[in-house]
Amino acid sequence: MTVTQERKTTPTAGTPAPEGLTDRARHERRLGWWLSAPALIVMLAVTAYPMLNALYLSLFSYRLTDPNGKRFVGLSNYWVVLSDSLWWQDVLTTFIITVVTVSVELVIGFVLAMVMHRILFGRKTVRTSILIPYGIITVVSAFAWRYAFALDSGFVNNWLNLGTFDWFGQRWSALIVICLAEIWKTTPFISLLLLAGLAQVPDVLNEAANVDGATFWQRVYKVIIPNMKAAIMVALLFRTLDAWRIFDTVFITTAGAQGTETLSFLTYRQSVTRVALGIGSAVSVLLFLSVLLIAFIFIKGFKTDLSSVRGDR
Amino acid sequence: MLRTIPNRCRCGTRAAGTLVAAALAATGLTACGGASSGAAVLNWYVNPDNSGATDKVAAACSQQSNGRYKLAVSVLPTTADGQREQLVRRLAAKDPSMDIMNVDPPYTVELANAGWLHTFSSAEQSQLLQGVLASPVQSAMWKGKLVAAPFQANTQLLWYRKSVAKAAGVDPTSPTFTWDQMIDAAVRTGKTVAEQGDRYEGYMVWINALILSGGGSILTNNEKGRDATVAIASPAGSRAAEIIRKLATSKAADPALSTDTEEPSRVTFDGPTGGFMLNWPYVYAAIQGNIKDGSVPKAVLDDLAWARYPQVDANEPSRPPLGGINLAIGAFSKHTALDLDAVKCIMSPAMEKQNMLVSGNPVANGTVYDDPEIRKQFPMADLMRRSINAAGPRPVTPFYGDVSSAIQRVWHPQTALNPTQTPRTTARLITDVLHDRRLL
Repeated sequence: MTVTQERKTTPTAGTPAPEGLTDRARHERRLGWWLSAPALIVMLAVTAYPMLNALYLSLFSYRLTDPNGKRFVGLSNYWVVLSDSLWWQDVLTTFIITVVTVSVELVIGFVLAMVMHRILFGRKTVRTSILIPYGIITVVSAFAWRYAFALDSGFVNNWLNLGTFDWFGQRWSALIVICLAEIWKTTPFISLLLLAGLAQVPDVLNEAANVDGATFWQRVYKVIIPNMKAAIMVALLFRTLDAWRIFDTVFITTAGAQGTETLSFLTYRQSVTRVALGIGSAVSVLLFLSVLLIAFIFIKGFKTDLSSVRGDR
Repeated sequence: MLRTIPNRCRCGTRAAGTLVAAALAATGLTACGGASSGAAVLNWYVNPDNSGATDKVAAACSQQSNGRYKLAVSVLPTTADGQREQLVRRLAAKDPSMDIMNVDPPYTVELANAGWLHTFSSAEQSQLLQGVLASPVQSAMWKGKLVAAPFQANTQLLWYRKSVAKAAGVDPTSPTFTWDQMIDAAVRTGKTVAEQGDRYEGYMVWINALILSGGGSILTNNEKGRDATVAIASPAGSRAAEIIRKLATSKAADPALSTDTEEPSRVTFDGPTGGFMLNWPYVYAAIQGNIKDGSVPKAVLDDLAWARYPQVDANEPSRPPLGGINLAIGAFSKHTALDLDAVKCIMSPAMEKQNMLVSGNPVANGTVYDDPEIRKQFPMADLMRRSINAAGPRPVTPFYGDVSSAIQRVWHPQTALNPTQTPRTTARLITDVLHDRRLL
């Protein structure tokens, strides 16, 4: 049987039912708006304007270096993108990278979180060393992985006795290296979120299960995981959105060659390299919509509660 | 950005004056020089140059200007694509600090078509092009006007090991030496033909040279912009694909051919499997440098020889790759007249000679190759000049980036090339991409 702890939701002054607001609640709510207003205005200025501009530009066939050739094409750019096999190939590549990295990271991240949670001696040292990869700049870590697997400077082939096997010469081996680099780099992030979740599992439940004679695995599956489900879902959501937008590692290792191009990289190439602002904006709008879709599926479909990581229920 | 050095001399106030002078010296400005008027700082955007040649030329020209201008060198990213991206970004933002810039020849007319480059008058043109070889000028003209000045003019040579050629029984210097003979010779001797096969501009250089050498071309009617005629689906296109495929699927290919750029291919050539290599002349100085630091054995240099780029067809002379650097003046620069003076100084034969001696890169001015010092340092000087003169530019079109990326996409990896299908697929892709009917 699954044991979950019942939490009483006591209505506090900050979050009362909408009807029957007290004076104090109304004032606090107004204060909240005033406090967040500057941030909101800045956000609108730096994100809403470019987004609307991208939406507008996506309706044109427009090359920055051919200003005289700009012409209105309506929604045709979207049709071109969605009917192009390159888009779908990149969707597939991004999907594979996302699924592989997020699922592996979840498992390793959970183990690391358990270690960080349970460890009795050298706790600070262990936690710090687990978190180090996350502190390294993605571009730097990608370079490290590239050099490790490259034919001229790499040591991996030597270790594995692979001779002159070119890791970045084929799609699947290149994807393996990219996934490894991502997993190494971002597992600490997921384990940090899971550690917060672990800390929320009340000790009494574990003790009670222990007394009832539950084994370690039974406790993990029936007590710990169900009680930290909210934290797991939030960690998954954040990592999935991050993985879906992967750019740096691909840029450094293969530059999108050998079918390793991801959606962010496609957007970058259309807008920045080709300066095809029209079709590039269409790709970025579609990428944005796909991110929204993932967030929607997680929040509505899996009922992920974003407030749970903060522990305020 | 206009940074004029203030005229007022602050040397009077001792302690403060020293501090200010130190601070200005640290930022590269000279204070208290006693010049009667301030020198304008002209930014010169250059591609990375470890040799120090650019700095020397910049300092010498600043000196020669008698305090009218000072060239401040700014370094662009390392790859050709990265350099273009930064230039495009800055110019699109109408950055007035873009005074003088090194532009990769194939990207020159793209910037010109956008209206971002200064167009030279015919008087300026005849002054700037004195002694300049004809091939490099092709990439600097757009709609009949000179939009940049060819400064360096690079070309690839065939570098080979004398011992390997001898063992294989071939003579690469023969006027009819072909790609097929070279690949067969490498296979016979168990050596490699080092080339640049990564999905990048350097691979496009190879493809273009093969197509031109086979008597074809990628694009015609270029001045029509996106409506230019795509001509790659031709016998010459098929021959090019056939040769690349032959090398890639043979034992003569470097295992990392599909990710090789200039330096990795040189490393292969310097190594135990080195036989033949197509590369820019910088390798000659680079190999000598490696011998000095001990990373390459002296035997490699003793065994080294060079010849003209191999032919595709035994009856038709090759059209070697053309590289180099064009000097362009930004349309938004605040001091065009001074920029022009500086460009003339950089282009002068004396500066070009110094640049070539220090950097090891060939220059566009043909007279420099007759200089005794140049001929001493570059025993292949005559061959380089001949090769540049025979070289063909990559397609001169404002959409060069698209054309090049489309080709790189279809032609990579090399082992998947299909001589009948690949050129046709490429032609369709280029046409569609130019009209925003396909992604790239």
